Amino acid sequence: MILRRRDFLAGALAAGGGLLTSRVVFAGSGASSEARFVFVILRGALDGLAAVPPYGDPDYTRLRGELAFGAPGTPGAVLKLDTQFGLHPSLAFLGESYTARELIVFHAIASPYRERSHFDGQDVLENGFAQPHAVQTGWLNRALAAVPARERKELGVALGQNVPLVMRGPAAVASWSPSKLAALDEDTLARITDLYAHDPLLSQRLADAVTADAIATAGSNAMDSSAPVRGNARYLEVVRATASFLKREDGPQVAVFDTTGWDTHANEGAAQGQLAYRLAALDSGLRELKQQLGAAWGNTVVLLATEFGRTAAINGTRGTDHGTASAAFLLGGAVRGGRVIADWPGLSSGALYQNRDLKPTRDIRSVMKGVLGELLRVTGAALETSVFPDSGAARATAGLTRA
Amino acid sequence: MSVHDAAAIAANRFGLGARPGDLAQIGEEGRGWLADQLKGAPSQLEEAGLRPGAQILAQGLALRARRRDAKSGEAAAAADLLKLPQLYRPIYVDEVNARLRAAIASDRPFIERLTHFWSNHFAVSVDKVIVLGLAGAFEREAIRPHVLGNFTDLLLAAERHPAMILYLDNQRSAGPDSPLARLVARRAPERKPGINENLAREILELHTLGVNGGYTQADVTEFAKVISGWSIGGGQGRFARGEPGAFVFRPELHEPGAKSLLGKRYADHGEEQGVAVLRDVAQRPQTARFIATKLARHFIADDPPASAVERLTRVWLASSGHLPSVYRALIDSPEAWQAGSGKFKTPADYILSGFRGLELPVEAGHGAIVSFEVLGQRNYSPGSPAGWPDRSADWDGPSALMKRIEWADTVGQRLGSRRNAMKLASQLLGDTLSSATRTAIARAASGAQALTLLLTAPEYMRR
Repeated sequence: MILRRRDFLAGALAAGGGLLTSRVVFAGSGASSEARFVFVILRGALDGLAAVPPYGDPDYTRLRGELAFGAPGTPGAVLKLDTQFGLHPSLAFLGESYTARELIVFHAIASPYRERSHFDGQDVLENGFAQPHAVQTGWLNRALAAVPARERKELGVALGQNVPLVMRGPAAVASWSPSKLAALDEDTLARITDLYAHDPLLSQRLADAVTADAIATAGSNAMDSSAPVRGNARYLEVVRATASFLKREDGPQVAVFDTTGWDTHANEGAAQGQLAYRLAALDSGLRELKQQLGAAWGNTVVLLATEFGRTAAINGTRGTDHGTASAAFLLGGAVRGGRVIADWPGLSSGALYQNRDLKPTRDIRSVMKGVLGELLRVTGAALETSVFPDSGAARATAGLTRA
Repeated sequence: MSVHDAAAIAANRFGLGARPGDLAQIGEEGRGWLADQLKGAPSQLEEAGLRPGAQILAQGLALRARRRDAKSGEAAAAADLLKLPQLYRPIYVDEVNARLRAAIASDRPFIERLTHFWSNHFAVSVDKVIVLGLAGAFEREAIRPHVLGNFTDLLLAAERHPAMILYLDNQRSAGPDSPLARLVARRAPERKPGINENLAREILELHTLGVNGGYTQADVTEFAKVISGWSIGGGQGRFARGEPGAFVFRPELHEPGAKSLLGKRYADHGEEQGVAVLRDVAQRPQTARFIATKLARHFIADDPPASAVERLTRVWLASSGHLPSVYRALIDSPEAWQAGSGKFKTPADYILSGFRGLELPVEAGHGAIVSFEVLGQRNYSPGSPAGWPDRSADWDGPSALMKRIEWADTVGQRLGSRRNAMKLASQLLGDTLSSATRTAIARAASGAQALTLLLTAPEYMRR
């Protein structure tokens, strides 16, 4: 008889003291165990001045030329946030969330990284230090290791075939991604498990994969589908799996996934076009996440951030080159939203960073620290010593959540 | 180190995986077997039907132009015309299959691995539709001919290939004082053409000096001006010049004048200004060290020993980037021959070694290609100009491992009854085969399961 992996897991659990039971412990009650946190990495450098156009800034239209959005009420207009800022018109769900006070928009925000390499920029966004390649672990994993009363096997899950740097480190994390291969039979899986007994890396990875698969596919037939999943459908499947993990009372509290395609060097578009298409897809996935999470949405905070922004002015090919500060979003039922938080530096040539980029006026680690402290109850001492050791100048922002 | 260790390391770490009989043939002379592969001209793909990249690109650009006209009502309806992905997907499939056949059939697998290494170093990615039809041609035309030559020639060929120009957006990059910019400033000041610095930045950061290679933002901007005008021939109106689909220098886009970057002044000789900068950058010590480190990481360990990096850097500088000399230094590095310190295979390594070891053919169509997609490494789609990463942690996630196991199981079910897994295990792994794996295969419940266990064994997951 062919058993699916989740049946194999259920069998191991029922047998008691089996492969995994000893490591899965149900969490006790307590305010923080209800909390859910999702970190969405926007890889490729999101154009913050297009996602959150500062339509009220006197220099904005001049810099953006044909890519500039109109003020509310004009054709191709932004979705109004306040008299200074709007949202890209593709971000309908984020607009509704702002009105429902479930969205904080940050602007002129950046990691401590001040060069313009995607790869080093993403490394800094994920490692939590001021320098690229400072460590081989991520701030979110180190935060999980510091969460008090860690009763669960895995507090975190990475949605994707491999674990991104932000989730690598001392705390065990799960990972999962959609598959279109047939599952293994129980006996073969057990033999491979034996074969890996003396290989610490592979045995750990295999155990994590088996657990994750059982959770991601619980109550669904997603694994039975042989149809290839592509593009946006794959992203939606990742979003749904994220919700499956986070809805479980004994499952992970923290999830990470990433999206790509934000590196808009040429023909970026405005209300229509390349970036509009990507933003609309992102927005619809976030709407799906809220729907799938149901009641758990009320305890959820989603942080969306990118490695750096793009040039204030458009370049010679109707796109934007690598810049510095960008926008970031804090979304969810547990967010004290309906606010734009920005120390706006302005876009006049004297105000730009190196005379070309939006100047950063806020270290994104202050947001991360605020959320980790309030939502996951990571202590201030842990935040300063193990999670973000060189971030003293970036004080935690208080009052971002309802937790 | 035992004799068979040497053969297994030569075939699996330096090559693309042993085929049955390879280890016996290599025998005691793993190093000699590798060094022999460096002799002679690099292997070219000899497949009927593979066309020059310029021809492929010209066809794609012409289709785009027809679709544009059709939409504006001047020609047949757009709906009757192919879309670019429909035109390019079959080309992509043929190119990838040809590449895979070469990798699987090659008696010089070290050269094939090096070809893949350089293709990935100078990465173009098919998530940009225009690259979909060109990635194969890029490897055939810019990489293969120079894999056994000098790095400078490889660099020039890669950066000037239309696939790279288009992937990194240089085709319309225009100097702020270029003839075109001046013309537009007079006639339509609201549409100001200008520099796109994408290609210039990635050349310095990813292809030569490395991110800490001592260049500044000002160097990037100046370099972008230097290579403004490096473009693609054949277009519409003002851009009609040049052989369609081939590299062309467009003086009307080029920023005039001498330029200073990286501490040196370059007189303006048009197209040659960029060539002069590339020639200099190729010979800088930072470039030598950056690429020596990548080679050592690829062939020795995720965190390569400093001794090996030093040695490769020295040879690179002494030989002015003569690649076979650097490869010979790599073969002669004792650090590369340590048993048990294997690299975790990437999905592509894993699949290619499977096809070689099991002597599977690559049929026309999608059969082989799908495996790469399912295991997370679709050919020519690293998704970023940095190329695929090359460390264990980038590939050994739980879900990735499970997919690999499921793939092995599918292969095992299909072929297990027709293969002797125990015999294959010795043929493919030599003395790196562990007693635990040998025992597991011997005790397997079926031929299918035995083959699955071989393909999932810890030593088979590594190279």
